[in-house]
Amino acid sequence: MRWRTVLKILVFLLALGPAALLVRGMVTGDLGVNPAETIQLETGRWTFKLLLLTLAVTPVRRLTGWNAVIQFRRMLGLFTFFYGTLHFASYWAFDLVFSFSRMAGDIVKRPFIAMGFASLMLMLPLAITSTKGWIRRLGRNWAVLHRAIYGAAICAAVHFAWKQKVFTGDAVSYAIAVAVLLGFRLVWMLRERGRARARAQTAAS
Amino acid sequence: MLIKNGAGIPYSEVTDERWYLRRREFLRVGAGLAGAAVGGVFAACANDAVDDVSAAPAVADAQTPLPNVTKKMVTTTEQLNKFEEITGYNNYYEFGTRKSDPAKYAGQLKTSPWTVKIDGLCNKPGDYALDDIIKTADLEERVYRFRCVEAWSMVIPWIGIPLAAVIKRADPQPKATFVEMQTVLRPKEMPGLAVGGLNWPYTEGLRMDEAMNPLSLLAVGLYGKTLMNQNGAPIRLVVPWKYGFKNVKSIVRIRFVDKMPSTAWNDANPGEYGFYSNVNPTVDHPRWSQATEKRIPSYFATTKTLMFNGYADQVASMYAGMDLKKWY
Repeated sequence: MRWRTVLKILVFLLALGPAALLVRGMVTGDLGVNPAETIQLETGRWTFKLLLLTLAVTPVRRLTGWNAVIQFRRMLGLFTFFYGTLHFASYWAFDLVFSFSRMAGDIVKRPFIAMGFASLMLMLPLAITSTKGWIRRLGRNWAVLHRAIYGAAICAAVHFAWKQKVFTGDAVSYAIAVAVLLGFRLVWMLRERGRARARAQTAAS
Repeated sequence: MLIKNGAGIPYSEVTDERWYLRRREFLRVGAGLAGAAVGGVFAACANDAVDDVSAAPAVADAQTPLPNVTKKMVTTTEQLNKFEEITGYNNYYEFGTRKSDPAKYAGQLKTSPWTVKIDGLCNKPGDYALDDIIKTADLEERVYRFRCVEAWSMVIPWIGIPLAAVIKRADPQPKATFVEMQTVLRPKEMPGLAVGGLNWPYTEGLRMDEAMNPLSLLAVGLYGKTLMNQNGAPIRLVVPWKYGFKNVKSIVRIRFVDKMPSTAWNDANPGEYGFYSNVNPTVDHPRWSQATEKRIPSYFATTKTLMFNGYADQVASMYAGMDLKKWY
């Protein structure tokens, strides 16, 4: 096996770890006094952590020149969606006891839930179009579509901060991480524009 | 006193601990099957379960038995929550915001000696020693539902004395229309204070008629022993028709005032937490529904929340004519 395949399997297993531990906790009854809440909080946190890792791939690649890291981006993105789906499912199942009408009511009435839902909905088309076939079919548009991940990250940060009962450092750290990772993109974009303008000026003179 | 709901039910029938303790076995078997469906590998871990169900309720060194409990008031036939649930899942932000923080850190709080300052608009103000306060009335056991504003709930066998007895003893003046109560403030013993979040000391309050209601209890114990620190030792308020945060813990001051006191959560977020904070399934918290609740340790929020947490017969008359949507 090539080392890259080995590494991919390793990352896959690592990313599956938190979910496996939760299943184990359910089996052993070891998820604390309020196990449903433990599942909701843990899946939420892991969604966010994996989202940050996914967003970190491109900056790492550009800053270090380690191009192979791009090969992990799809897996990380899909795991983000996987944990996001579990997180959403645990809220729908445990808190709303599988009620669609209450879910609709929550999304309309409660902005912090709407934010979480928006984040997941932004990720859905990205998960669907993550296959080779879709990448080919969409061509240039694929990259444009997948910028929706930025929106998903902002929604996730707002969702998490809004859920807190009091000001907590945790929510702030996650929001800062999102800001830094999106900040790279902003800086690159501005530089790109500057360069394009300079080129245009050179061409005009 | 007369409690229409479940009056005269013997304590033994409510507890039924044997069945109760075995419940985790049933749960575990059920979860084991679910786990097997998800992945056979993890089902094998069920055998690693080491928590000894026969060990509950645990006995902590800090606690002493309360032998002279003379009366019992059982207000619900629902199963009691286990001691380890009641003592392992708490909101006590002075020790941290996670539910497990109080159990971890509250042990540092020194609860002896303990005095409660009673002052304000009353004729017998003073610094009362804890033992002196407890002697005001006979200890009673009260099995109450406990409903947190976060939409989870428990059933808890408190031990305490009626708040009304302590108030009568202090002899409030006619001008006194509200009672303010404060939690102890000890930065060295309370690591959560450094993190912040609320205006300390934690202050709560009741209208005088609410405080005098026979359901209002100053709890000093549960499950037959003195309180653990995470539950608000050595003395805390229990008003079962209100959301849990009204039940101020580790009380060091009771003050009679003529204005509605400013209270911790109302200060922090007035749009979400009112002074009254009566349990009300028809008035949602802005960020979540209050129509149902999750009875610990259940996974699903299938328990319907009752008006005034099921104590409408005892308390609803106090709010007659009030718009409870406005006075949430």
